[in-house]
Amino acid sequence: MSADSTPTDNINPAVDGSELIRFDKVTKRFGSNVVLDNLDFSVNSGKHVTLIGPSGSGKTTILRLLMTLLSPDEGTIKVGGEYLTHEERGGKLVPAGEKHTREVRKNIGMVFQQFNLFPNMKVLRNITEAPVHVLGLSKDEADERARELLDQVGLGDKADAYPSQLSGGQQQRVAIARALAMRPQVLLLDEVTSALDPELVAGVLDVLRDIAHSTDITMLCVTHEMNFARDISDQVLMFDSGRVIESGSAEKIFGDPDHERTREFLSAVL
Amino acid sequence: MKWDWSAVGDFMPKFWDGLLVTLQALVLGSLIAFALGLVWALAQRSPLKAVRWPVSIVTEFIRNTPLLVQLFFLYYVLPEWGITLSAMTTGVIGLGLHYSTYTAEVYRAGIDGVPVGQWEAAKALSLPRARTWTAVILPQAIRRVVPALGNYVVAMLKDSPMIMIIGVLEMLGEARQFGSQTFQMAEPVTIVGIAFILIAYPASLLLRALERRLVR
Repeated sequence: MSADSTPTDNINPAVDGSELIRFDKVTKRFGSNVVLDNLDFSVNSGKHVTLIGPSGSGKTTILRLLMTLLSPDEGTIKVGGEYLTHEERGGKLVPAGEKHTREVRKNIGMVFQQFNLFPNMKVLRNITEAPVHVLGLSKDEADERARELLDQVGLGDKADAYPSQLSGGQQQRVAIARALAMRPQVLLLDEVTSALDPELVAGVLDVLRDIAHSTDITMLCVTHEMNFARDISDQVLMFDSGRVIESGSAEKIFGDPDHERTREFLSAVL
Repeated sequence: MKWDWSAVGDFMPKFWDGLLVTLQALVLGSLIAFALGLVWALAQRSPLKAVRWPVSIVTEFIRNTPLLVQLFFLYYVLPEWGITLSAMTTGVIGLGLHYSTYTAEVYRAGIDGVPVGQWEAAKALSLPRARTWTAVILPQAIRRVVPALGNYVVAMLKDSPMIMIIGVLEMLGEARQFGSQTFQMAEPVTIVGIAFILIAYPASLLLRALERRLVR
């Protein structure tokens, strides 16, 4: 994959078996503020990609576009070869209906900075709610799978707790289990440790390392935890002012970056 | 003026009848106000202007006209269009409809108070819209507005004597009837006043306790 690949003129290129996500000339503005500027990049299936860069550089916006919490002003996004917010009708590209977007979005899971667990549901039901009501799993199947996931994130004994009874780190691990329960192809991680007390960060990162190493799930990660990024990333993208200014392996970006802005950024955060 | 305990004794059987009617009107009126208010609140968030506008106009209209006028309208004007309701039914509908425009605002505030992250999490899990409302948003919204809804039940209790005007014999109606027959007004009216305080004050204490538990 590459961040600065030549954008293809054909809006429907043959799907490369390994390409899972493609941003094609995506622009996103908030008022007069251009957050993403004609952005092209792609992510291959199974890769772990970390987005780094100063705040306001558009990293989180990319995740929110993929989750369809925002829609692009220009350009297209494809996931698994399907347009996310567009549909082809009669050879033309038109804004997608809710049904189409929902189908494509099912392949994507997201973990939020503020956890966003449902406070009115116990931990177990937080995890089973969507598998039962979206994937159509039976309650027993969903419960069993949820308990496995809770074991995996080290919270096997918290199934019957309410989120408010858990620490921030525990809530975030439940949120990870909740996202995984939908068996997404892509997991979006939006500054998942930024709201945590420092002593709780490691537990959450350990869970994510475990997932990164034991599954073939594709991960897109916005983080300020540079050591974690170095550990798990196949690819690091350096953002500045809505553009990818440099991309490469973790060793390359953290060890010997080409771009002056990357060096400045890393020396400020490391 | 002399306080006559025998008048108290004579009035009590009527008082219990009236109390029962007051409580019936209150419970049924509250149920209508709770259900209809939610309908208004959801309709006002409809993506369709054709739904939002008429609902806004109707609720603003009802909220800004006196309950008495509405009771008169339901009881004396609707029959001209062939809709005839008993006095009690009219009273219950009048109270429920009037207060539904207030509970709608309460629900609206409750729904607005649910953090945007809850909507985003529901969307990230692809929960269908209806499921998002019933499983995620409304349980959280309603929980935090239960005390505010309760305040309107107490307010409705205190407005309930108005249905006497269309001939419903609730507590005050019984008191007036007793007074006009026996010329002893002080005893029945005092008893009714005390009855209101005995219901409303504990209810407001209960609501305050509930508020401490539910609203964090």
